[in-house]
Amino acid sequence: MNKFFQAIKRWVDGDEKLKIDNENVNIKSNVTIDESTKYFLEESKKEKNAFQRMTNWFNTFGIMYYRRVYMAISILTCLIMITLLLLTVSFLPQFGNPSNPANNEVSRRYITEGLKETGAVNLVGGLILDYRAFDTLGESHVLFCAVIAVIILLKLEKDQNKKYYLKELQDLSDDEKYYDYDNQVLKFATSILFPIIMILGIYIVLNGHLSAGGGFSGGAIMGAGLILYLTAFGYEKIEKFFNFNTFKWISLFGLIAYALLKTYSFYTGANHIESIIPKGIAGNIISSGLILPLNICVGLVVCSTMYAFYSLFRKGDM
Amino acid sequence: MNIFIALLLFSLIGCALVVCLTKGFLTSIVIYMSYSLVMSVIWFNIESPDLAITEAAVGAGVTSLLFFATLKKIDAIDEDTEDEIEEAKNE
Repeated sequence: MNKFFQAIKRWVDGDEKLKIDNENVNIKSNVTIDESTKYFLEESKKEKNAFQRMTNWFNTFGIMYYRRVYMAISILTCLIMITLLLLTVSFLPQFGNPSNPANNEVSRRYITEGLKETGAVNLVGGLILDYRAFDTLGESHVLFCAVIAVIILLKLEKDQNKKYYLKELQDLSDDEKYYDYDNQVLKFATSILFPIIMILGIYIVLNGHLSAGGGFSGGAIMGAGLILYLTAFGYEKIEKFFNFNTFKWISLFGLIAYALLKTYSFYTGANHIESIIPKGIAGNIISSGLILPLNICVGLVVCSTMYAFYSLFRKGDM
Repeated sequence: MNIFIALLLFSLIGCALVVCLTKGFLTSIVIYMSYSLVMSVIWFNIESPDLAITEAAVGAGVTSLLFFATLKKIDAIDEDTEDEIEEAKNE
């Protein structure tokens, strides 16, 4: 036992016998040695205590082993995750099977009574803006919160920190030089495409209760159109009809109008009062009660928000 | 029709892998746009045109534009392209 401790002590301090062993190793492995191994062997010949040898090992062979182990573990983790997810998918009910748990009395009610109760030919539009209008209100507010966070982080303040503001403005104007506003091809294409995109967006918003689409998709298309206009003609042109104040008032109007309209319909629905808003004839443009104005509100909010995201990302202002 | 859907699904997997494996940010964003377009065709095939329109507008349009604006901000676009732009400006 005492010999064992002595051996350990000798190993920790790094003594003669180990040194000789290392030399033997050196002679044996005279074959191809790369730089790091050579360095390690030369270092290990010098007398060192255990801590130094350990750090030396970590710096040379340790990183190599660490990388291999890291790669093996990451591949293993990926494979396990893929297997688990595929197993979960295999337990899901078949797509479109009539006996699926999703086909319960709720969806049956939506399908059979939806046209009569909401007056919307497009069942999805009637669902998200009548039966589940509260969800859609929440979604609009999520977008609103996101754009508020972007404004807090990226918008340049004019009053405070004037020195910092001027420096930022200088950087941004350097940045703006990269954008090519004399691109004739882009200008010509935009002058043809911009009206078509805007009309398509407006059509999708206004026709949300009759055909596929609705406030969100139409608003996103209109926002993309505004971004295209900005890229082609620059801030000077677009600020004539859309600036930060316009964005502010449109968002405010859209969200408040949505909330007030839905408050009315929730109030009447919860108290079993007959709503004064007529359903109209299903299939007409002006029909289905509140769905058309709600679509317009959502479309306005989404359109201005999409443009605001891009503009704030690029310039820090609108 | 089944072959068409299988083709679309395989191109989805291919796009997803290539997005991870390409080195250039610009290339991977463009491939990500094509992923969204394929996805919108698939939405249309499983009879949800609402989602198809939204996917095409948001996924392929606005999200990629935001990615491009961010790349511009953090100077992650390759230097070669920027040099080319500068040369074009000087000419």
